[in-house]
Amino acid sequence: MIGYNFAYLDEHTKRMIRRAILKAVAIPGHQVPFAGREMPLPYGWGTGGIQVTASVIGQDDVLKVIDQGADDTTNAVSIRRFFALTAGVRTTTSTEAASLIQTRHRIPETPLRAGQIIVFQVPMPEPLYRIEPSRAAARRRHALADYGAMHVKLYEDITRFGRVAVAYDHPVMVNHRYLMSPSPIPAFDNPKLHLSPALQLFGAGREKRIYALPPFTDVRSLDFEDHPFHPGRAPHACALCGATASYLDEILVDDRGSRRFVCSDTDYCETRRSGLLPSGAG
Amino acid sequence: MPALLEAAGLAHRFGAIPALAGVSLSLRRQEILAVVGESGSGKTTLLNVLSGRLMPDEGEVLCDTGDGLRSLARLGAPALRLLQRTRWGFIQQDPRASLRLDITAGGNIGERLMATGARHYGRIRAAAAEWLAAVEIDTARLDDLPRHFSGGMLQRLQIAATLVTGPELVFMDEPTGGLDLSVQARILDLIRSLVRRLGLAVVLVTHDIGVARLLADRLIVMRAGRIVETGLTDQVLDDPHHACTQLLVSSVLPA
Repeated sequence: MIGYNFAYLDEHTKRMIRRAILKAVAIPGHQVPFAGREMPLPYGWGTGGIQVTASVIGQDDVLKVIDQGADDTTNAVSIRRFFALTAGVRTTTSTEAASLIQTRHRIPETPLRAGQIIVFQVPMPEPLYRIEPSRAAARRRHALADYGAMHVKLYEDITRFGRVAVAYDHPVMVNHRYLMSPSPIPAFDNPKLHLSPALQLFGAGREKRIYALPPFTDVRSLDFEDHPFHPGRAPHACALCGATASYLDEILVDDRGSRRFVCSDTDYCETRRSGLLPSGAG
Repeated sequence: MPALLEAAGLAHRFGAIPALAGVSLSLRRQEILAVVGESGSGKTTLLNVLSGRLMPDEGEVLCDTGDGLRSLARLGAPALRLLQRTRWGFIQQDPRASLRLDITAGGNIGERLMATGARHYGRIRAAAAEWLAAVEIDTARLDDLPRHFSGGMLQRLQIAATLVTGPELVFMDEPTGGLDLSVQARILDLIRSLVRRLGLAVVLVTHDIGVARLLADRLIVMRAGRIVETGLTDQVLDDPHHACTQLLVSSVLPA
């Protein structure tokens, strides 16, 4: 696109963001501040993710963008078009075909492979913010690996609800060292972070933080010995493809309260329905 | 008997105000030391310095961390925090400052356990219930929020949340200040029995001579950041030498 640099951001900005990414990869789970730029979309729509994507994308990349699992929602479509316009890269909706995936709050059902990069959009990178309102004190806790207070929240959940009632953004320990917010992905997706062969990058635009999980990083969801972590899932089969192991969205289908459950990952669901069962299908 | 805590030549200034000047003291195991003095005499500053919450301008605090006396300043932040979380405790005048009011009583008591690595929900909860009973709160209140507790119950909850890790040294800053007189008496009674039963060493800051007389073995009287008199509690209170001590003793209203 004439008048714009490749992938929108200027090269100085990209280098600055790449430096932050390198630092983040070197210290898995550690939040690295970066000079976040104003992007042509509002905060909360993926300003952090889009800057990380713009900094790592190359001419040969094939980009996939998902919004809560779906390739066809406004956010996903417009970010995909944004990079098709400003970088001229090929785009796809297939997880298998993509080399770079930007995601809002889901990890694809199809297992990621080595060489792929997944970029998460993060609204609040600080996992301690509900426990520790002072950001300076929270950083001090990170420095001292002082995370006991986080378990107080889990204790409260079990006391009140009989189980850990965190359905999404369930905090994880990275490499036995840093407490990290996995971004608001469902707890169902947390196990996919563990020892993933893909590079996982997290960008928070409003809070101006970048963090990362290099391939094959140990990622454990917080839990108690007698209340082990439980990735939740609606106890149904997908109404479209019949999958029983994928994460489901609940959809109201009329005004009498009827509802059906369908895969949240549209690519996974469509691939199954077209008869080409992706690997790891259930 | 070796000291548990020692301070030598402590000095600290807040701008032009000398809050501490040349303070030295020593605390043995299972000893209760009261620090009394008028407002602004440096009592709370001394407590903050001794407990490692404030680094003094001059002087050194030495503490026994299990392998002899070591300087608090050279301990390093992680070790100091661990010390404050396990072998030490700090009870504040206002329990609201140290408790989480939107977390249940059980969660508040369990926090110190979880901060030091306890990861078994059932055992944490059992310990919390046990300590709630130890501070004379009905265990049925285990899952209640502290914001629904009375002032005296909050203070007892803070004591339970502090003692749950079995500390050997507890710092108390006016533990009965701001409480109703009858509640004060019950809290004092509770502190006295717990401290004796658990064999705790205590540094107690108070301006209430009655509290010092009831709890303390030894007494330090401070004025303008300096120790003006020190000795066994009964000895100092029955035969005060310094004018400041005499004033403090004589200012107590006859019961």
